[in-house]
Amino acid sequence: MLMLAMTAAACTGSSGPDRLIVSAASSLAGTFGEIATVYENEHPGVKIDLNIGGSQRLREQINEGAPVDVFASANMSAMDGVVESGAGVGSPAVFALNSLVIGVPVGNPAGVSTLADFADASRLLGICAEQVPCGSYALEAFALAGVVPSIDSLEPDAGALVLKLELGELDAGVVYRTDAERSDARFESFPIPAEHNVVARYPIVALTNRPHVDDFIEFVLSDRGRAILEANGFEMP
Amino acid sequence: MSDHTPPSNDQRRIPGRPPLVIILLAGVGLLFFALPLIGLVFETPWAELPDLIRSDVVLDALRLSLIASVLATIVSVVIGIPIAYVLARVDFRGRSVVRGIVLLPLVLPPVVGGAALLFALGRRGIVGEPLYDATGIVLPFSMTGVVLAVTFVAMPFVVLTVEGALRNIDRRYEGAAASLGASQWTVLRRVTLPMIAPSILSGVALAWARAFGEFGATITFAGNIQGRTQTMPLAVFVALESDRAAATALSVVMIIVALVVLFALRDRFWSTS
Repeated sequence: MLMLAMTAAACTGSSGPDRLIVSAASSLAGTFGEIATVYENEHPGVKIDLNIGGSQRLREQINEGAPVDVFASANMSAMDGVVESGAGVGSPAVFALNSLVIGVPVGNPAGVSTLADFADASRLLGICAEQVPCGSYALEAFALAGVVPSIDSLEPDAGALVLKLELGELDAGVVYRTDAERSDARFESFPIPAEHNVVARYPIVALTNRPHVDDFIEFVLSDRGRAILEANGFEMP
Repeated sequence: MSDHTPPSNDQRRIPGRPPLVIILLAGVGLLFFALPLIGLVFETPWAELPDLIRSDVVLDALRLSLIASVLATIVSVVIGIPIAYVLARVDFRGRSVVRGIVLLPLVLPPVVGGAALLFALGRRGIVGEPLYDATGIVLPFSMTGVVLAVTFVAMPFVVLTVEGALRNIDRRYEGAAASLGASQWTVLRRVTLPMIAPSILSGVALAWARAFGEFGATITFAGNIQGRTQTMPLAVFVALESDRAAATALSVVMIIVALVVLFALRDRFWSTS
C-alpha cells in the first residue's frame, strides 16, 4: 500500500513518464513483467508499475481506494468483488487460463503422483491457503477427486509453496501448471486428470480512464500478448 | 536557549517541565501510535465480538500463540542470559562478530529468518537432514517449529538488554562479594542477577511481545494449520483476505492480551527494592 501511495504522490506532477499501476495476481508475476517490458519498449514515455500480490489482497486494496489502473486476477471471485463495488470501468475480459498440477521435489522422494496420495497423513503435504486462488482451486480439485487431504502446511501464496518443494521440505504440493513449466522451476510435476482438474480463469479489467489503460489491456488480449502468455504456460480461453 | 529571567510562578509550580519542542514531538509521536489503535477500535464489530472470540479459529490461534510465546521467552532467558554474560564479560577474539551474529535476527526480515531456519533445520537442512535420517524427527510444520521460529526472533532482545545491563553495573559489588568468599556461581545468583533484574524484566517483556507478534518466520518455517501451527498473527493474515470481521476480532484479542501481559511485567510489580 505504501508503494502505491508513494507512486500516486509521485505522479501528481505533469512532467515525467505516464505511469500505469497494474495490480496482478502472484502467478502472473513473471509473465506480466515480460508484457510490461515489451509494452514499455513500444510506448516510450509510459512506465508500468506492477503491484503483485494475492488476488484477494489486491481486491481489498482496490476497494479501499488504492490508485490502481488495471486489475488482473487469478480467479473470478476476486474480480467479482471489485466489479460489485463499482470500481471497474467496463466489464472484465478473461485473458488466460491455468490449471493445477501436483508438484514434488526433484527425485520425488515420497513417491507422490496422484491426488489420492494427498490423503496420506505420513507425508508432508502442502497447498496454498484457502483464501488465495491457488488454495481454493486445490480444494476444488480434491473435492472433484473425492479425496480428503491431510495437509501439513497452508502457504500464503504459490511462491512459498514452490519454494518448499524446491527445498524438499514438503513431499508434495498442488501448484499451478505455469509454475511447473517455468524454465527455472526446480521441482518435478505430475498432471492431474482433466475430470479432477480445475480451469482457472484469469480476468482483467480497467479501473480508471487514464491514458494507455485501454491500450494496455488490448495489448494483453492481442496476439502478441497471448503469445507471451502461452510461452509462459498459460492457455487461451 | 536558556532562560535568564527569574523563574515565574508557573515554573515554580511545574518544576522540570520539558522544552515545548520535546512535548510537541512526543505528542505527534504518541498520536502516530494511537491512531492505528483508534482505527481498529472503530472497525471492531463490538456486538459480534463475543461470538467471534469463541470460534475455533480464534481459540486455537490464541492457545498456540500463548504457548509458543511463553516457551520462547523461557528459552530466550535460559539461553540468552548466558550468551549475554559471555559477550559482556569474556574477552575473546571475534567477539563483535559473534555479537553481530546473535543480533542478526533483529535486522533480518522475518521471512528471511524463516527461510534460513529451513536451510538449517528443515528436513533437507544442514542439521535437520541428519536429524531426520537418524531419528525421523521433522522440526518444521509442528509446534516445535513454531517455538523455534519465534525464539529465533525474540532471543536477541534478551541478549541485548542483559548485555547492556551487565556492562553498566558497578562491578565493585561483585568484587566485594567475591572477596568475602562467595563462589562465582553465588556472586552471579546473589549479586549480579538481582542487580540487573530490571533489565532482565524488560528483556523478557520485549522478547515475549516479539514472539507473540511474530509472523514471517513462523509462516515460512512452521506452516499454517489451524490448531497445530496457526498462531494469532497468521490467523489474522489469513482472515484479512476473506473475513474482515474475524480479522478485526483477532487483532483486538491480540492487543488486549498483549496489554495485559505487558502490564503484568511492569517493573513496579517485580522490583525487589
